[in-house]
Amino acid sequence: MLKEIWAKLSPIGVVVLAIFLLWYLFAIVLNAPWAHDKAKRAGAELSFPQLVSDTWSQDKPKLPAPHQVAQELWKTVVMKKITSKRSLVFHGWITLSTTLLGFIFGTGLGILLAIGIVHNRAMDMSVMPWVIASQTIPILAIAPMIIVVLNAVGVSGLIPKATISMYLSFFPVVVGMVKGLRSPDAMQMDLLKTYNASRFELLWKLRLPNSMPYLFTSLKIAMAASLIGAIVAELPTGAVAGLGARLLAGSYYGQTIQIWSALISAAALAAVLVSLIGLMQRLTLKRMGMAA
Amino acid sequence: MTSIVVSAKDLSLTFSTNDGPVNALKDVNLTIDKGEFVSFIGPSGCGKTTLLRVMADLEQPTAGSITINGVSPGEARRSRAYGYVFQSAGLYPWRTIAGNVKLPLEIMGYSKEQQQERIQQVLELVELSGFEKKFPWQLSGGMQQRASIARALAFDADILLMDEPFGALDEIVRDHLNEQLLALWARTEKTIGFVTHSIPEAVYLSTKIVVMSPRPGRITDVIESTLPKERPLEVRDSPEFLEIAARVREGLRAGHSDV
Repeated sequence: MLKEIWAKLSPIGVVVLAIFLLWYLFAIVLNAPWAHDKAKRAGAELSFPQLVSDTWSQDKPKLPAPHQVAQELWKTVVMKKITSKRSLVFHGWITLSTTLLGFIFGTGLGILLAIGIVHNRAMDMSVMPWVIASQTIPILAIAPMIIVVLNAVGVSGLIPKATISMYLSFFPVVVGMVKGLRSPDAMQMDLLKTYNASRFELLWKLRLPNSMPYLFTSLKIAMAASLIGAIVAELPTGAVAGLGARLLAGSYYGQTIQIWSALISAAALAAVLVSLIGLMQRLTLKRMGMAA
Repeated sequence: MTSIVVSAKDLSLTFSTNDGPVNALKDVNLTIDKGEFVSFIGPSGCGKTTLLRVMADLEQPTAGSITINGVSPGEARRSRAYGYVFQSAGLYPWRTIAGNVKLPLEIMGYSKEQQQERIQQVLELVELSGFEKKFPWQLSGGMQQRASIARALAFDADILLMDEPFGALDEIVRDHLNEQLLALWARTEKTIGFVTHSIPEAVYLSTKIVVMSPRPGRITDVIESTLPKERPLEVRDSPEFLEIAARVREGLRAGHSDV
């Protein structure tokens, strides 16, 4: 048992260790000029241990060392009350709620569009090019437009941000579900034809269940895209709250440690969300006898 | 009293492909009476599967006419006149065996009680009682194919169309299933259309053997079997059986020689 866990964890451990080593190394390299400047102004000469300890403990380093980010995370995740505007849990929750709402919108829209595309030749010809074109527009350019337009029609708050999340997350769902809904082979389609099944029964009893593996794969990508959408959406809304706001505020004031801790939180959030879907995928497909 | 179930007159089907038209079926004339067990045998490309698919309204003929129970194949399909068994079992992996048999019953609007009753009935018929709650992957290939036959029997179609249902199974399982199929045919008195490329299988099962040949796909011989309806496996060693088998083989060879 222990041996198995060790066998599973050790490769990950090695990679993590290597990342930390590189990270500390680059912190020295990148922050050294500033440390040298400071020493020169003070008329002092830095020994190597002094240089290392300085580059790992600057206030506004080019690249903060891992332990500095960890300290910041501890301070802002655990020590602050979650209602405080300085708490990363507070900001994380704002981003999470946008992400989830946008993800639900995006998944819904994606599945509906895919069903339309599979069932209607006109939609197949007309919608798909637009779906693809929509993703070639940089989200950073269109996000403020969405906020402005929705504000003009009186929608503000969570919905405009979730709309931007949806804009990114519906795409993988459409593409995956179109493929999934078309995945039943000719024989399975013929079988239902011999029963004189309606198109709805074909969809409900064959196409949808058969598309489940495709759906879950799409959902993982959609969830990650949705989080990116949520963070981007927080920038043009005045950077009031959310992990995106922390990133923007951090870059205004050169608070690199704050930026990195927000980045790490966003990454951790994405990892948790995506692995939750992975778990749902495993349970569902196992129950459906479709485990790969 | 016999009544005509399938009647085809000068039936032709031409597929247009990139390499030009392919005559899948050419001038096929055939009559199948109620209660017959008809095998279609021939080399691959002779149109035997296509002919079965035309009967099932899964392909459209390009010339000639065909009726099923006196109506067009399309109408017959819409009135759910036949059950179709494909080359592979094609069970839904996400449904149990009972769930798979239930599929046509759900679509055809049988009540819950009727569904349960019929599932028990047909699973017993194919000797799969007790496997209701199993999933397809828990069953052997032969059992899966039996489940798919049960699925085709579950509703009240008096025609059963089978497209090489045992083609992928080994000889021993195949023998066993052939025996069961004959027993099932005797009990249900259905009309069966059965595509195969095995001569012994065709002779053992059929009351009528339709020998076909390719390019263009056509019927070269129709053999009425003289074997009794009651057929133990040993019948395959009788001189009568061997005689019919020889005629089938001859028909197959004749079809080849005039290409």
